[in-house]
Amino acid sequence: MLSTQAIPQSWGRYPRVKPARVIPIYWRDQLPDLRTLPGPLLAYGYGRSYGDSCLNENGTVLAVSHLRRFLAFDEEQGLLRCEAGVSLAEILDLIVPRGWFLPVSPGTKFVSVGGAIANDIHGKNHHKAGTFGCHITRFELLRSNGERLICSPTENRELFEATIGGLGLTGLILWAEFRLKRIHNPYIDMERIRYDSLEEFMELCAESDEQYEYTVAWVDCLASGSKLGRGIFMRGNHNQSPEYARKSLPRKLPLAVPVDLPSFTLNTLTLKAFNTLYDHSQLQKRVFKVVPYEPFFYPLDSIHDWNRMYGPRGFFQYQCVVPYDQGYDVMKEILQRISRSGQGSFLAVLKKFGDVRSPGLLSFPRPGLTLALDFANQGPKTLRLFDELDALVRESGGALYPAKDARMHGEDFKRFFPRWEEFMRSIDPKFSSSFWRRMALVPSREQSATVEV
Amino acid sequence: MVLQKVVIVGATSAIAYEAAKCMAARGAELFLVGRNPAKLETVAADLQVRGAQRVETFVLDVNDVARHQEMFDAAVAAFGWLDGLLIAHGTLGDQRKCELSVEETLREFQTNALSVIALLTLVANYFEQRGRGCIAVLSSVAGDRGRPSNYVYGATKGAVSIFLQGLRARLAKHGVAVVTIKPGLVDTPMTAHLRKGLLFSSARRVGRGVYRAMQQGRPVAYLPGYWRLVMLIIRLIPERVFQRLSL
Repeated sequence: MLSTQAIPQSWGRYPRVKPARVIPIYWRDQLPDLRTLPGPLLAYGYGRSYGDSCLNENGTVLAVSHLRRFLAFDEEQGLLRCEAGVSLAEILDLIVPRGWFLPVSPGTKFVSVGGAIANDIHGKNHHKAGTFGCHITRFELLRSNGERLICSPTENRELFEATIGGLGLTGLILWAEFRLKRIHNPYIDMERIRYDSLEEFMELCAESDEQYEYTVAWVDCLASGSKLGRGIFMRGNHNQSPEYARKSLPRKLPLAVPVDLPSFTLNTLTLKAFNTLYDHSQLQKRVFKVVPYEPFFYPLDSIHDWNRMYGPRGFFQYQCVVPYDQGYDVMKEILQRISRSGQGSFLAVLKKFGDVRSPGLLSFPRPGLTLALDFANQGPKTLRLFDELDALVRESGGALYPAKDARMHGEDFKRFFPRWEEFMRSIDPKFSSSFWRRMALVPSREQSATVEV
Repeated sequence: MVLQKVVIVGATSAIAYEAAKCMAARGAELFLVGRNPAKLETVAADLQVRGAQRVETFVLDVNDVARHQEMFDAAVAAFGWLDGLLIAHGTLGDQRKCELSVEETLREFQTNALSVIALLTLVANYFEQRGRGCIAVLSSVAGDRGRPSNYVYGATKGAVSIFLQGLRARLAKHGVAVVTIKPGLVDTPMTAHLRKGLLFSSARRVGRGVYRAMQQGRPVAYLPGYWRLVMLIIRLIPERVFQRLSL
């Protein structure tokens, strides 16, 4: 079966592992019998998770990219129901012209709805709207014993909470229903502000989080000393004017990276892009613009397969969150270490998470500062730096994001996600991933329970 | 070409569904015909969400030729008149099984050729009388030349292509477009068991091509377009050389 389908990869293209077989799923009324399929099982959509949470070495991958149909759209209430393999891009194409928007937009629109739930994704409006999981009203889950369960805050609640952020380990999500957000037109009132230090970033957050739906910053990782944390702060709201509703969106031809580039090109490219932007805004500290939603939310989506810029060895993304109370100092220390190592990408993304709680047991976002950046895979050197950063995150009481991870330690996972034992009660025994096996968690209570049985 | 009221036979097939999405997005009224009621309902709900003004379904096994008239009457009754018909059903039989079984070979012909020709015979008269509209049928590049690896499938599609060629000339005088669609290798459930090489295209790309070809009333559409060149070369290979190639 493997030979007929492309081999599933993750976005970081590390690690490179192969499943034993790939089973494409085409119809909800013609599902494979999970009881007879050899395990471990794992759903796979578009491979936009960076590390190994979407990989299933030597296991059975259930490819859901053909489960791509809409079930219902209540245009009055803004309630959309669709199959798990529908991508956010396809949803946007449908809903934006009708005056609706995604409740939460991640940095790429090429993710599946199933993946958005399994990773409980977040976006630039986390401080206002929380995670994607906060907007899910219900979904259907196929368990490996053949059961099909509707899960919602009132029905099968434990499974509902375990599946949101549950890394695909509770079964196969077949479809989901979620609430959308009203918009007047597809444009964003965006303001770009150049800032010179981490202190200034914090002030901008404090000033903006109330009045702006979307906030995020690009950080210059090479800056040090008093300039540490300098960058460009972006904030925006949906444009409200009826004029823009009549304006058609510009259509751009997608660019693509057709081959693997040698690893050194990327930093040169981003460096140039950033410098241009930074120099331009040097003249004005603040730039206000009305922009279409796509470049605002998904700046990298216009370059298809940009992950190939990192070359055949692949890359890591490191995304952590550190709580507010210590966030500021710890973030400073983390940025310093990265800057000194000279290993990180030139650009990092910095965002202040809010305190909207997700129903997900293993949800990653929590009140604090989150930082995300890429690292070319330079082997042990890179891994050593991550271990150093982990120590800082661990001491601050923060966490790492499994969707981006290919190397965190199981011991740390337990600390980062203290409800993991509760989560394990809802796990489907036949589902697993390369990530999950790497964590190798053994619940203490369950062990004693098996003895009793 | 207006494609406001369209009948799609084999509507749950991947290529037909992708073409239907294009029509739905423009507010078309669609009459979906297929064998499996659950799949039909799934597709109907999806197309409704995508903007179809109206979607009707009709459960039919196309090999039940006696019911073609009933189906077509139901479509005309539902929509008043029809602008287009897309025939997209088909099976990719096992060549080896066909070689060993007369029954299997004839069954392939029944599904891929005879049922199509029967339906076309019926609807051609409707469109001829109406003096406009578009009939599009999914044939295949496999119908352009018989190859040892799938000549039974190829022959069924070849029969359809020749039939359409004649029908096109007949109906052109009456303002009706007859479109022969010749997809190359497409990644669909029908080809799920095949190894996917570089020559495979997505159902989405091909489905959009089907929609465009219908809209433009093109006589023969190879999808994607490069297959026209590929098949031209394949057709030009002398028979004695062709015998020695393993295609």
